[in-house]
Amino acid sequence: MAKRSNEPFLWSLFSSGGMIAALMFPVLLFLFGLAFPLGWFDAPSYERLLALVSSWPVRLVLFGLCSLPLFHGAHRFRFTLYDGLQIKHLNELIAVFCYGSAIAGTVLAAYILWNIP
Amino acid sequence: MKATHVYTPYRPKWYRKRVSTWWWTQQWRSFKFILRELSSVAVGYCGAILLVLLWSLTQGPEAFATFQSWMKTPLFIVMSVIAFGFVLYHSITWFNLAPKAMPVRVGGKRLPEWMIAAPNYVAWIVMSAVVIWFLLGGK
Repeated sequence: MAKRSNEPFLWSLFSSGGMIAALMFPVLLFLFGLAFPLGWFDAPSYERLLALVSSWPVRLVLFGLCSLPLFHGAHRFRFTLYDGLQIKHLNELIAVFCYGSAIAGTVLAAYILWNIP
Repeated sequence: MKATHVYTPYRPKWYRKRVSTWWWTQQWRSFKFILRELSSVAVGYCGAILLVLLWSLTQGPEAFATFQSWMKTPLFIVMSVIAFGFVLYHSITWFNLAPKAMPVRVGGKRLPEWMIAAPNYVAWIVMSAVVIWFLLGGK
């Protein structure tokens, strides 16, 4: 009997994560990685950010924003190693490492977002 | 003759030329493909930064100040510049691939690619504006 592949499920995480990353990550990285550290804009205060992320709808959005792109990155990085560097004999190990990191990040995101004061 | 087939995970070996590990450096197209795939590292970097930022918010103002001072170090500035280039590249290639991955047919004809890619770019601009407004607007 043919083994059922879990590829379609991973691909759905991959594509939704890719979309979220494409829409949201450039602006977030631009602000928190470049504009605020280099002083192009004044960073929002701690109180303001905390108030912003405390609301439950925002927490939910942030959860998707943290988790899904991690699965996207994990899936893509796995196949970068597979196709690009042709590391095929370590396939299982790489898959466990990639998806495992994404799952760990997801759990961490849930924990952090749950514990926002 | 036996009626059932026996499947094995191995095929008979045919002649195959060994492909070099650096096959993707030979052609601009394949090099761009690997660059696009490597954007996954930048996406991972962004996700990690986001998690650390949120974690620092739960730990109090001092932790948030420490996070901000980290992001000002040359190492993180350089990594952010590189990662920003890659996530931009990811966005552009992702939006341009959407019409190829999901062709939309209206009345039996395929819509032109730009009509599917364009709304993605509009959504990109809108979402970026919303994020900026949330973080900086309306003091």
